[in-house]
Amino acid sequence: MTAYLLKRLAISLATLVLASIVVFAVLEILPGDPARLMLGMNASADQVELLRNQMGLNAPLLLRYLNWAGGLVSLDFGRSYTYSVPVMDLVRERLAVSLPLALIALALSTIIAIPVGLFSASRRGRAGDTISMGAAQLGVAVPNFWFALMLIYVFAVWLRLVPAGGFPGWSAGIWPALKSLLLPAVALALPQAAILARVTRSALIEVLNEDYIRTARAKGLPYRTVLWRHALRNAMIPVLTILGLQFAFLLAGTIIIENVFYLPGLGRLVFQAITQRDVIVVESVVMLLVAAVIAVNLVVDLSYAVVDPRLRSRQ
Amino acid sequence: MTLHVDIPEETLSGILAKAFRNTAFVTGFIITVLILVIAVISYLWTPYDVTRLVIADKTQGPSLAHWFGTDHFGRDILSMIMVGARNSIAVALVAVGIGMGVGVPLGAFAAARGGLVDEALMRVNDLVFAFPALLSAIMITAIFGPGAANAIIAIGIFNIPVFARVARAGALAIWPREFILAARASGKSSTQISIEHVLPNIATLLLVQGTIQFALGILAEAGLSYLGLGAQPPMPSWGRMLFDAQTRMVVAPWMAIFPGMAIVITVLGLNLLGDGIADILDPKSRRQR
Repeated sequence: MTAYLLKRLAISLATLVLASIVVFAVLEILPGDPARLMLGMNASADQVELLRNQMGLNAPLLLRYLNWAGGLVSLDFGRSYTYSVPVMDLVRERLAVSLPLALIALALSTIIAIPVGLFSASRRGRAGDTISMGAAQLGVAVPNFWFALMLIYVFAVWLRLVPAGGFPGWSAGIWPALKSLLLPAVALALPQAAILARVTRSALIEVLNEDYIRTARAKGLPYRTVLWRHALRNAMIPVLTILGLQFAFLLAGTIIIENVFYLPGLGRLVFQAITQRDVIVVESVVMLLVAAVIAVNLVVDLSYAVVDPRLRSRQ
Repeated sequence: MTLHVDIPEETLSGILAKAFRNTAFVTGFIITVLILVIAVISYLWTPYDVTRLVIADKTQGPSLAHWFGTDHFGRDILSMIMVGARNSIAVALVAVGIGMGVGVPLGAFAAARGGLVDEALMRVNDLVFAFPALLSAIMITAIFGPGAANAIIAIGIFNIPVFARVARAGALAIWPREFILAARASGKSSTQISIEHVLPNIATLLLVQGTIQFALGILAEAGLSYLGLGAQPPMPSWGRMLFDAQTRMVVAPWMAIFPGMAIVITVLGLNLLGDGIADILDPKSRRQR
């Protein structure tokens, strides 16, 4: 187990280092001189050169990479070119929107998907299964930003229950803030829930064909107990895998959804930073997102061992 | 004697008969063909010219003259959806081509070689998977500039590890078989075996994955063009139409409803087609239904 844990940890770290090199290299070839962009078109070549020196843009490539990577490790991301504040402050501020959004969406999709998957699997081939899997099939096909527009039309424009966009900030109170995250979270959750429900169903059906399920039924356990205690637990590995993968989708999904709802989150920050050539913000936020994806996948890998004791002894 | 068929070979007519009884396949097939036909027709004829702006007809609701209404420039939404289909299909299809063309040889090579080569390729795969695909697509289109061609590259790159993974997993299951041993004994190189014996046996897997990635590509293209990074105006694209619709939701909801439905129907059709093919050709998945 320890050896397995160490190997997974080493692979994750190596992936992270490689990712940082890729991100750094990609942004090196991004056209546009940050110093020129900061000073505007009227600045003289001398002024630009001076600022380039101040920003350390003229240092050798390797040195700049090491500086940047060293900063990342110590959580000092540098200063944003366009906002002129430390990137860390920006990230902290935006994370207060994006993290709750992603977590609510993840919770929503899990709460919807697992019962639907269970329901479908236990009624395989019957009307209930056909209807819920048809709905899931439809859910997979709906682009989340279009679903978001429809939600805005119905719940914000028509029924006027929630705001159509924007974020009042947590200082405006928990409820108003949560209310403005509700539609975005639903929009993000629906396609994910549809995928998760399908995976849950097929994993459960695979497990329900196993001999030990028949044994459990034969010894007189009620179907409900068998389904929840025996089948669901054994079907958790594929479900967890998809949950881990979905985290990356959720993070990326926030880029579009935050644009639809004008939410000042991390996704909108990185999108604006890319269009404004605010390289340092892009680098930092992308690395943060990549690190989050790698960390979540590591946790998912390790949780296999918790769910399935056989993996603990084998590794 | 056939060497590369390991399951009892089904006759073509048998497969076709099964296909026609499969609701998912039939529905998916009809939708997909319909969308393709609409895209082709758009080259020859559309109800209205999508490049001509008729301000007098702007934001009109659905009517007999304009079935799906008009947009803020008075352009016919139905005509724009028809022309937009071309763009969506072209981007997604070429992106699948890139993914298959590069990913499948890589995956097959990794499976054939094993060892260090395999390990290295899989680590690179992990690396690509660590990047949220849409985020990287946005970065790529930001570097090379927005446009349909760069959207294809951005989406295509993320298809590569997907196909590499599927090809590798499929090939690894084929390599220990007897007929591969026989081919080896007859002196064939591992490249030859991969092409002649492994690839035909994983073609189904690749076809199913291909329809899934096609559908995902349509969604990704819509997302990119919604953000203004896909096909550029005046070329209509479904995502761009939704962007234009957003600020006019109150006065012209049809501007958002119909392009969105076009995306949903296309993706639904492709997903049903993929599910259907998997069902028909893979006995294991059929048993689970």
